[in-house]
Amino acid sequence: MAYEVKLEIFEGPMDLLLHLIRKNEVDIFDIPIATITDQYLAYLEMMKALNIDVAGDFLLMASTLMHIKSRMLLPDTDGDGEEEDPRLEITRPLLEYMRIKELAHDLSEREILGRDVFSRVPSDELSALAQGEQGSIQVNIFQLIDAFQRIIDQRLPDTQLRFRLEEWSINEKIEQITTILREKHTLYFQELFPKSMGLSELVVTFLALLELVHQGLLKVFQPDPKSDILLNAALDDRRTP
Amino acid sequence: MSENLQAILEALLFAADHPLSPQEVSQWLPEYSAQDIRGALQAIESEYRTMGRSFFLKEVAKGYQFRTKKEFGPYILKMYKTSPSRLSGAALETLAIIAYKQPILRQEIEKLRGVDVGGILRTLLEKGLVRIVGRKDLPGRPLIYGTTKKFLEVFDLTDLTSLPKLKEIKNLFSGGESGQPALASPEGTTDAGHQESQETKPSGQPPED
Repeated sequence: MAYEVKLEIFEGPMDLLLHLIRKNEVDIFDIPIATITDQYLAYLEMMKALNIDVAGDFLLMASTLMHIKSRMLLPDTDGDGEEEDPRLEITRPLLEYMRIKELAHDLSEREILGRDVFSRVPSDELSALAQGEQGSIQVNIFQLIDAFQRIIDQRLPDTQLRFRLEEWSINEKIEQITTILREKHTLYFQELFPKSMGLSELVVTFLALLELVHQGLLKVFQPDPKSDILLNAALDDRRTP
Repeated sequence: MSENLQAILEALLFAADHPLSPQEVSQWLPEYSAQDIRGALQAIESEYRTMGRSFFLKEVAKGYQFRTKKEFGPYILKMYKTSPSRLSGAALETLAIIAYKQPILRQEIEKLRGVDVGGILRTLLEKGLVRIVGRKDLPGRPLIYGTTKKFLEVFDLTDLTSLPKLKEIKNLFSGGESGQPALASPEGTTDAGHQESQETKPSGQPPED
């Protein structure tokens, strides 16, 4: 039975671009547009291969990138050197977006009512406040895809990503992962993918993982940028069926 | 006399379910001047601060409210058997955009974030952090969004001008997800520098509620 995973991705194309810029450690004011465009397109392929719903916004950004790339190749026609750098078309919104992320971060650092500090509130309002979004991902989806790509690369250096999912059911894998997490509570990302695992099982395991994150049954975080990703069961909260 | 006023105000603040503003209080206490009330509120505030209680009087959303100190938060969460209320990163970003750029249209938010924000806007409206302030005189009469008084209360702000100020752009990459690339100074692109000075200020203060 084919299982359609339609993941809702809150991270958008801007997050992916920032992710790539940080990953390549390049200067945002001098983006190597060809490299970044190629990597961006590779991500879209990967996401499509994993059956992750790639929203139109991602495709729009892809075409913007390719357009900039082609404009970079054109000579300065009138030779006055006053043409604007075509890359500004993405640099400007990226800078703006970074500012917004910073502002959002500042807001989240404040003493938030209902999280850090409490006042007398009517109890119905308190319970409304408490319904936070449980499955928030501290590690974003692109980092998860990177981690999964590394696993695939280690095992199968030259494999094209073409999957047949029929042999393994995602529901079974979800069962398996929740069983392990009930016992151990935390788990390293790597541990989910033992060396013996074949490609299709790897993929199904990864999709099961994404589904668990999506349902808020699993929290994913990274203690520090260098360490492996940790999975933490959120099984004891109220959303457990 | 003023001690009596302090006691009355303390009782009101203790029993209130929302931050009390001096104006609001003065309608119940016509015999006291607005100045006396303001002074008494500040006196209570400093009294609780120096007493070292587990709660304090907080000036928030143009009023005053008793709040527990941060270090006791975990016990209160246990009492209510709940995990702390959290907004997703995407929701916080959307909220930050609205807070700093209000009044703002949905399509302007989407342009900044690069993704559809319909679902997130609904969540923020449901939580009462965001409200519809009107409709723009454009084709389709699109809705205009702004933040609410509850937003100020939840995020510990006296008013919109007390929103955190923007840091210099060159610091923006610090605390990121991986090794930090050195950033060129914003002078490299005069346009971006110019935009920044325009857009860091919250644009005026729409009427609350």
